[in-house]
Amino acid sequence: MKETPIKKKYEAIVIGASAGGLAALTAILPNLSKFLALPVIVVQHLSPDSDDFLATHFNRICSLCVKEAEDKEPIMDNTIYFAPANYHLMVEQDKTIALSTAERVQYSRPAIDVLFETAADAYADRLIGIILTGSNSDGTKGIQRIRELKGLVIAQSPESAQVNIMPLSAINQAGVDKILDLKEIAPYINQITEKET
Amino acid sequence: MTGDLKNKTLENERLEIQMLLEAIHQKYGYNFKDYASAHTKRRLHHRLNISNMSNYAQMMHRIIYDEDFFNSLLLDLSINITEMFRDPMVYKKIRRELIPRLKTYSFIKVWHAGCSAGQEVYSISILLEEEGMKHRSQIYATDFNELILDKAKKGIYPLEVMKTYTGNYQQSGGKNDFSDYYTADYDNVILRQSLKEKVLFSSHNLVTDGVFGEMNLIFCRNVLIYFNRQLQNRVLKLFYDSLCPGGYLCLGSKESLKFTDMEDKFEPIADREKIYRKKRLP
Repeated sequence: MKETPIKKKYEAIVIGASAGGLAALTAILPNLSKFLALPVIVVQHLSPDSDDFLATHFNRICSLCVKEAEDKEPIMDNTIYFAPANYHLMVEQDKTIALSTAERVQYSRPAIDVLFETAADAYADRLIGIILTGSNSDGTKGIQRIRELKGLVIAQSPESAQVNIMPLSAINQAGVDKILDLKEIAPYINQITEKET
Repeated sequence: MTGDLKNKTLENERLEIQMLLEAIHQKYGYNFKDYASAHTKRRLHHRLNISNMSNYAQMMHRIIYDEDFFNSLLLDLSINITEMFRDPMVYKKIRRELIPRLKTYSFIKVWHAGCSAGQEVYSISILLEEEGMKHRSQIYATDFNELILDKAKKGIYPLEVMKTYTGNYQQSGGKNDFSDYYTADYDNVILRQSLKEKVLFSSHNLVTDGVFGEMNLIFCRNVLIYFNRQLQNRVLKLFYDSLCPGGYLCLGSKESLKFTDMEDKFEPIADREKIYRKKRLP
């Protein structure tokens, strides 16, 4: 198999993380290119009463603009969005954010499956999904949908994950296109999304 | 441009869902066509899976011929998850900043639009009672779903959620012992009858129905997020027309007027708590 990644005009990246996610995201988000010309939408499992500390924290250490996602907000390039605590984050067909207080999915709200499935429907084969460390199987169903619609799925290698259950579930149940060590993820993303000149 | 696959799978699915929503509208009069589409799709998909049907066309047939099936779907489409004193800081803000101003009126009207099973209605009822406003207030609680409205009228909640409700009440600046407000049996609690005295429950559909009266305070929390932008604008206009000058609008913690046409018609009173005030001049 050829190792050169297929260059395709991707339109969005979605990332799901649970236990150990803060460290994993810290290894990825600040290392994304400031020229990354697409949006990054993140679900990190949180306790329901958390405030917007994740967005505030990452905004301080990232070159891209980081914010908490708001309902009906148009999704912009060069921006990283975090799902607010206690709300599901969905992507609408018209590339806007929709929040929801519906039941927990996989014991979680926000749930990675909800983000991944709706983003897959909105971006189809122009979507990159990344599943990181975590101690449950949230995200696996969402990855199935991304793959069904021919998007690209990357899993953090179980060996490099603080908790390997979530990436293992994705790899075994849904299958992924690429398994990368934590430190390889940001460079890989920068490479495959680099604008041709 | 995206590929063929997207066109085939997703476009066909969207067409089916559109026709299904049209069938619901024509048969039962409920219009879900302007609901947030990702939300509607997820709910329909969930019902499809648990009902062992293979596609939305099949589901549409069932909806037309089986009213019980439609009623369960109706519950799916409206999200009825809430708590008493949900987001306690909002109630604290109301107690500290809105109540002193509302006390200057001889009589106030409060509208809970999309009241669900009544948890937040009774929360405001408790708050008004503790602030000595009960006898000069009227609360209107409306929802489009009759089943959930019946639940709201009863004011019976599972015992297991009381721990959360009590915690919320305390954080909201509640003045009494929360258990004074209910009687418990083995599995459930029933709220004190006196909390219902000033509440009028009635059916009202934000999608189709009109102005409700001149209100001093409107609660509509975590309802607008399920509507698309067009419908949001329509409903916000309805709220604007239903508020007295200087009246307050309370939205859900993650909702805002920011991406709507009505932003300049209101002034923010509390950014975090999402409390707005209708401007006095147009």
